[in-house]
Amino acid sequence: MLGRTANGLYWMFRYLERAENTARLLDAGMRMALTKDIVTAEEEWRSVIATSGQRAGYEAKHGTYTGTQTWNFILRDRDNPASIRTMFGLVRQNARLARNAISGELWEAVNESWLEIEKQLADPVGENRVLEVMGTVRRAGMLAHGAMAGSMLRDESFHFARAGTFIERADSIARILDIKYYLLLPSLSWVGSSLDTGQWDTVLRSVSGDRAYRWLNAGQIDARGICEFLVLDNRFPRSLAFCHSALRQDLAALARLHGQEGESNTLMRDADTRLTDLTIDAIFDQGLHQFLLDFTAANAAVGVAIASDYRFLA
Amino acid sequence: MSGSVNSFDEMHNADGSVRAAYSDYSTWFEEQNTALLNRKHAEAETNFRKTGITFNVYGEDEAEERLIPFDMVPRVITAQEWRKLTRGIEQRVSAINSFIHDLYHRQEIIRAGRIPERLFRNNAAWLPNMVGFTPPGGIYTHIVGIDLVRTGPDEFFVLEDNARTPSGVSYMLENRETMMAMFPELFMRVQVASVSDYPRRLAKSLAACAPKCAGDKPVVAVLTPGIYNAAYFEHAFLADQMGAELIEGSDLRVMNGRVAMRTTSGYKPVDVIYRRVDDEYLDPLTFNPDSALGIPGIMDVYRAGGVTIANAPGTGISDDKAIYSFMPEIVEFYTGEKPLLPNVETHRCADEESLKYVLDNLAELVVKEVHGSGGYGMLIGPTSSKKEIEDFRKKLVANPSNYIAQPTLALSTCPIFTKKGLTPRHVDLRPFVLVSPDKIDITPGGLTRVALEEGSLVVNSSQGGGTKDTWVLKD
Repeated sequence: MLGRTANGLYWMFRYLERAENTARLLDAGMRMALTKDIVTAEEEWRSVIATSGQRAGYEAKHGTYTGTQTWNFILRDRDNPASIRTMFGLVRQNARLARNAISGELWEAVNESWLEIEKQLADPVGENRVLEVMGTVRRAGMLAHGAMAGSMLRDESFHFARAGTFIERADSIARILDIKYYLLLPSLSWVGSSLDTGQWDTVLRSVSGDRAYRWLNAGQIDARGICEFLVLDNRFPRSLAFCHSALRQDLAALARLHGQEGESNTLMRDADTRLTDLTIDAIFDQGLHQFLLDFTAANAAVGVAIASDYRFLA
Repeated sequence: MSGSVNSFDEMHNADGSVRAAYSDYSTWFEEQNTALLNRKHAEAETNFRKTGITFNVYGEDEAEERLIPFDMVPRVITAQEWRKLTRGIEQRVSAINSFIHDLYHRQEIIRAGRIPERLFRNNAAWLPNMVGFTPPGGIYTHIVGIDLVRTGPDEFFVLEDNARTPSGVSYMLENRETMMAMFPELFMRVQVASVSDYPRRLAKSLAACAPKCAGDKPVVAVLTPGIYNAAYFEHAFLADQMGAELIEGSDLRVMNGRVAMRTTSGYKPVDVIYRRVDDEYLDPLTFNPDSALGIPGIMDVYRAGGVTIANAPGTGISDDKAIYSFMPEIVEFYTGEKPLLPNVETHRCADEESLKYVLDNLAELVVKEVHGSGGYGMLIGPTSSKKEIEDFRKKLVANPSNYIAQPTLALSTCPIFTKKGLTPRHVDLRPFVLVSPDKIDITPGGLTRVALEEGSLVVNSSQGGGTKDTWVLKD
């Protein structure tokens, strides 16, 4: 297939994942804010904006943090290049670019979702609609992944789509973890306090991991356990270990299809080696922040190598 | 102006009874519940939106995607009518291909004094660097979309030949898909010839025109100006349906005497380029140095036989409306036969006498620019105000050879569905013709364009026209 088409597919799925993750994050923040008084709710919205990496854009426009302002900025503000509306527009645009590399079902799933999201975001979103809109965005991701699983040829296009998904997902989980940790857990002595438990619950919710974690840990919420779960537990599809294990398989498949390995395969192996046999204690000894910084950089480098190995750009 | 009074109604006889072609459809229609039809009518639009069958319009603010309105009453053509049309189209398309070849070689038709040389000298559509070159298989017009109009039971005329880059075939296919999804029972009752294998036929026809250097399975690709082009949907659609890559100029480069596309595993030669870009955007080295869309050097590869470009550069000369006026002579010259499909009577304003006639009768005529298309820059006398006619008169007098004039035809009508029931609207027909050394292949059907305003004769989608599914009945 064309390098440009592969690039379109890869970014279609990156933006789809990003939009979906932003919606999850907002959803978790919303839930948190609902349980707070007004002053702490404001802190919660500030945290949602910071975690989604939209702080500069938001503060350039708004002096205060309120729920309505926050979610409208994240959902639909045209001046916000990271708004869900902008990102979903990019999902669709890239799907159009790669139209002849995706199945009709997948295209229609994305196009219909885009129409629905545009409709729901045409007017400012009030309290009574915000959960519905976020539900639509998350469903859009599921629809697209479902259509892909059920209708796409397992050729290189499938693996480029998945590579985009897992690179983005790994990046987003690492960022959420890092910011929450950095902002909310200034010292390990906080572990176990009730505020802390609530915040960590939010972290789990923002990657839809609360249920899985409860099942595995019988309701025990502690920072170390959650970090271990999100970084190292490759049974959970939104853990770093899972993302990289899946990514490694897709990159191996791409190398097989192209008859040769590239820089992306080498970097992937390096990244893997770093995760293998790693324990959460070792991560905490090194410092979670430093670990996540290294991880994010390695993850991004794999992304850059994919683009160059497969001639995404002229 | 209403042309409806004297127009040929394709569905009904003068006494109001239903013509044979529409009898099965009419019987079915009478059985339908109006409320249900109204609902289906609304659903059709949603369906087109969902599948993304849109065209891009660029206004002042931002890109907008629009739908071409779809009418759910089919336009029906009998098997007998179709056979007759087919023969006429084959004759005409074959003559056009020979004509273009001749214009770029010995120019016998000019030597024979059948058409004047001035028509193509200084004509931007005539490309000097095609002179003496024969494209693979001798084919210039790989895909043609002839516009036909009808004025009576047996009266079909060719209005335009569209031998350059005809568009709209995706609507032929998607209109049928939509009709079958909406009214499956209708297709069980009426035997309609299938159009769905057009993409396969297109792929096959293009492959048959591959250059000699191509392998057993020629690589065909669709060249689009990109995602912002008005017809991008169609380009992507055709590429997808053919199983071909959808390429842009930036994906291509000239390497080792071939045109190659940048794939994920390196540059791979392309054998046949179905291009949906204009000539001037093909090669910045040859045509337009400012073009960001072209592939530098592609014309050299082409002339050396390293790639097939469909349609061939320089084919647009036959779409010129002054050339059109000579089509009857052209058909006769190259086929030795009388044209089976007539032209619309055409006055060349370059001729003094014709110009006088046109100026005297502006209010009754349709005047078009010779290089124009899409219904732009034309005057429809009967529907224009006095001021519009006088303004146009000045342009015409200033540059007569830029115009031709035709009588205002009473285009046939076919009903459209409205809340008040069926009501007649003017239609035209664009069948799609594939030309290869093997054969001239015409898919039984086409794009019917319909003027949605009562009495309007302008069917162009850029001017508010809609489309219909076109049925060719089986015997």
